[in-house]
Amino acid sequence: MLLPYSWLKEYVDVDLPAETLQEKLFSCGFEVEALTFLGKDVEGVYTGKIAKCEKHPDADRLTVCEVDCGEKGVKQIVTAATNVFEGAIVPVALDGATVKHENGVQKIKTGKLRGVVSEGMFCSGEELGINDDFYEGAEVNGILILDGDTPLGADIRPIVGIDDVIFDIAVTANRPDCQSILGLAREVAAVLHLPLNAPAPVSREHWAATDVSIPVEVKEPKLCPRYIGHYVKDVKIGKSPRKMRRRLALMGLRSVNNIVDITNYVLLELGQPMHAFDRAYLQGDKIVVRRAAEGEKIVTLDEKEFTLRPDNLLICDGKRPVALAGVMGGQNSEIKEDTSEVFFEAASFARDSVRKTSRALGQRSDSSARFEKGVDPLYTPRAGMDRALALVEELGCGVPTRYEADVCHAQTETKIIDTSYEKIDGVLGIHVPKEEVNGILERLEFHIADRGETFSAEVPPYRQDVDGFPDLAEEVIRMYGYEHLVPTFLENATVTHGGFTKAQRQELKFKEILEGEGFCEACNYSFYSPKDFDFFRLPQDAPERKAIRVLNPIGEDLSVMRTFLAPSMLSNIVRNVRRGNQDGRLFELANVYLPEELPLKTLPRERKTAVFGLWGEGDFFDLKGAFEAIGRAFGLSFRFVKGEKPYLHPGVTADVLLGEKKVGYLGKLHPELADGLALERDAYLGELDYAAISEKFAAEIAYRNLPKFETVQRDLAVVVGESTTCAEIETEILRACKAVKRAELFDVYRGKQLGADKKSMAFRLTFEPDERAEGPLSPETVEKFFKKIVEHLARTLGAELR
Amino acid sequence: MEQDIELLQEATSEAEAAEDSRALYEVKMKFLGRTGKVTALLKGMRDIAAEARPAFGKKVNALREALEEKFAQLEEKLKAQELGKKIAGENVDVTMPGRFRPTGALHPVTRVKNRLVDLFAGMGFEVFEGPEIESEYYNFTALNTPADHPARDMQDTFYLTDEFLLRTQTSAGQIRSMEKKKPPIKILSPGRVFRSDDDATHSPMFHQMEGLVVDKGITLCDLQGMLDEFARTMFSETSKTRLRPSYFPFTEPSVEVDVSCAACGGKGCPLCKGTGWIEVLGAGIVNRRVLENCGVDPDVYSGFAFGMGIERIAMLKYGINNIKLLTENDTRFLSQFRK
Repeated sequence: MLLPYSWLKEYVDVDLPAETLQEKLFSCGFEVEALTFLGKDVEGVYTGKIAKCEKHPDADRLTVCEVDCGEKGVKQIVTAATNVFEGAIVPVALDGATVKHENGVQKIKTGKLRGVVSEGMFCSGEELGINDDFYEGAEVNGILILDGDTPLGADIRPIVGIDDVIFDIAVTANRPDCQSILGLAREVAAVLHLPLNAPAPVSREHWAATDVSIPVEVKEPKLCPRYIGHYVKDVKIGKSPRKMRRRLALMGLRSVNNIVDITNYVLLELGQPMHAFDRAYLQGDKIVVRRAAEGEKIVTLDEKEFTLRPDNLLICDGKRPVALAGVMGGQNSEIKEDTSEVFFEAASFARDSVRKTSRALGQRSDSSARFEKGVDPLYTPRAGMDRALALVEELGCGVPTRYEADVCHAQTETKIIDTSYEKIDGVLGIHVPKEEVNGILERLEFHIADRGETFSAEVPPYRQDVDGFPDLAEEVIRMYGYEHLVPTFLENATVTHGGFTKAQRQELKFKEILEGEGFCEACNYSFYSPKDFDFFRLPQDAPERKAIRVLNPIGEDLSVMRTFLAPSMLSNIVRNVRRGNQDGRLFELANVYLPEELPLKTLPRERKTAVFGLWGEGDFFDLKGAFEAIGRAFGLSFRFVKGEKPYLHPGVTADVLLGEKKVGYLGKLHPELADGLALERDAYLGELDYAAISEKFAAEIAYRNLPKFETVQRDLAVVVGESTTCAEIETEILRACKAVKRAELFDVYRGKQLGADKKSMAFRLTFEPDERAEGPLSPETVEKFFKKIVEHLARTLGAELR
Repeated sequence: MEQDIELLQEATSEAEAAEDSRALYEVKMKFLGRTGKVTALLKGMRDIAAEARPAFGKKVNALREALEEKFAQLEEKLKAQELGKKIAGENVDVTMPGRFRPTGALHPVTRVKNRLVDLFAGMGFEVFEGPEIESEYYNFTALNTPADHPARDMQDTFYLTDEFLLRTQTSAGQIRSMEKKKPPIKILSPGRVFRSDDDATHSPMFHQMEGLVVDKGITLCDLQGMLDEFARTMFSETSKTRLRPSYFPFTEPSVEVDVSCAACGGKGCPLCKGTGWIEVLGAGIVNRRVLENCGVDPDVYSGFAFGMGIERIAMLKYGINNIKLLTENDTRFLSQFRK
């Protein structure tokens, strides 16, 4: 909300530096987001009267003027402007002055133009940064010609209305009453302990009698709790006075005509959106507030046609729509040059109704913006209408009559809060003297009935946000000052035990293990593109495709809630490689969202899932190693079996099993996908169903006695067919001999002497004596075991000892 | 006797010829071992006349001692030589790189989240994580955000259906935890939240950390006391907080909390836009209606709540200048957050 300092001063007698006022506003909850010193670029410009004009001796297009600048002396100015004349009073930028120039500032110096000295420059409206609304004539092509009674040698800034400061104030959503100059002035008065000089109440006695009757019927009282209509006759459309035009201009509005300007002025001053209908075009002398019929049409003031739905509220005359309620008036009843009778509207419309209509139609206005924030039905429409009528009289642009329709469906009782001073202190944690409490609330126009320990506060009708003692406490502390709070540390609270839950600690451990394995933790959006399903070549019936769509996504690329995490990870890899990060390891632990049914009827399952990515240096077994590290840390025995994924290399893909349950996969990115992405580095992807594995995390560490006698290690190399897997040999070794605790592959060899399709695999076997054994394993026993294993492998896998 | 001297000379010259300690050992065994020549002499004493035996024995023992001494000397010399050689043979270029597996890094958001949990856990807060997809009830209605409140508009909230949405705030967790647990309550609720905003300073997904205390006699002063502690731990020992009025539907009074700028110590700098203060979180006394909605009697209990953007804290703490860096997952960025 913009607040020109000059306008504020009309209601509050304040003369603080703007920065001080800014701090005061900030402390009571109104942050000034920008402070604009309007005339700061215009310095050293004074009024002067052109005493004499002569042609420049050497230049046809230049004129040499003698200018009487009052106290500043008589100056010689050379100008190229053609609209100056002897006797004209103009703004003169003297030596050392600055004026606006395009987007910057121009410095003016005495100099010679074609050999003739010029002690400055005449200014146009543009050079002063003003338009016609600040000063009539500012938009002419040439120099700004000032009124004939303008004093000479005077600073130009107050004369053209740029000696002002504009506060741009952030108003919180609970204070729609402060979306107005008067509302903010009320706050300023309260915080500075100054009286508020609100506009005088309107006097109705002399209003004209009339036979005209324009009854108002509100068919949707919920959407329109208040509608005041007032008939004004003998309207004379014309220009508004300079003061009003300037104020509108300071707020960024252009002047239209006196009646329309009045409606805008009231909107800014009191926060009441108004509309003015030309009565001559109200058919049937009647106003009906109703929902639009499906497909009904209206053309608004800005000549746009809209097709409506029953969600949209309309203001209609006896026959047709004349305004889109709260948004914009209709073209059919707008104020024209010859309008002679006006029907003013000051209403309160439900904020969500206006917002929905405005959004749905893409039609916004100052009115709709104001209604969206909420206009209270009791105070503001009444004050707005009274003010508009007073302004009509002040401007002499019409005669208010005694005909008014006022339909009110809102609750009219005043809100009264009964509470105690102790309760206020109880919220704040400090004692505020009750004189302070009373004083603050009274300055904010609450009526206080002090009953000693308790009191009641009658809430001003425009303060719809206040409905309990905590609200009063807030009013008190923001005016009393937060600096009065004395920090305490939960003096009265019970001691509680805190910390991560076990599940959260495990999650952290999971992340730290991966950190140790060289993985950086990634963080991706929870949504991705539906195109990812096709890119990942998922079949039409793939479960991943059963994904929740966002109704209003930021874009198609972020429109589907993730059902698997590989696409996000792959895009991370691609981005990294394209940025020249040739190698890397990433993981992310995040939810996938699995709906029971679509569209959603219940909350979906949110399943924590881990995704891994590895590219450049390293291969399948490095990624597998990370899975194994997790398995070891949490006491899980993952099994890896050959797997299949449409987006992974068919020869380099594994499913990860825990017991018989599939809990994940890993593999190399399919070369076709890699080609499609022009990915020059090998990439590996994997996922783990964290929710599933975390259920199986080893509960506690259980200590196992150390073996009494030392273990014995022995190496075994066998030649097998190419199709025999490491896991098969390992399984058979363990099956053949119970004393083998571990069989770890340490070498694979292929060579001519082994024959085609053959490979040698070497394992390190660790033998451990039985728990009941009374001595270490003898070499003879180990030899016996070894032979048994070799024979078993020969029988089951056709393996030969190498 | 000549035999003795010969033996001595023979052994000595053979020992001196030994090139390493292993060869020397073999020579030693040849003479002094179980089947060695000197040992054989001793064994041969049986064949010598009894009266000559003591003198013979003495001689042979002298011979053995002399040889043992010789061997010991030579052994010491050779061992020293060999050690010297071994040491000389192992001479590394200490400037060559060492071998280690480079560790990864936790995401800065995780790091800050853990730090915050750590801080508040010490004050007795436990962590509660609610769902990311929420119903309108938990995200808005129960939090006293009336149906016609602008925050409900499609502009800010991602809707999945009329009823379900992506939570816009971790405050939704307040309601769920109060439904499960009766006061005294001290919970922290960290997690992902979503807003339909995407520009240079806003991300459609970010993380919040919500804190809630419900107990008897909780006041604004308690809130300030806790926030002071938070600021000192997260930013600097001398950090201060400043409360100023604000508005949230679920708290009353509501405050915006600024922390004195750690970069300039409050004097004013570009980071704090010259104000000396940086806005870090929103907070307030829990609205009585919110307590009522959760079946907590607001005449008995009161509480405060605060909510902060974890990304914002991380950006301030580490000097990260662009929120987008946090979701780009560039390893050059992420790997800077190694322990």
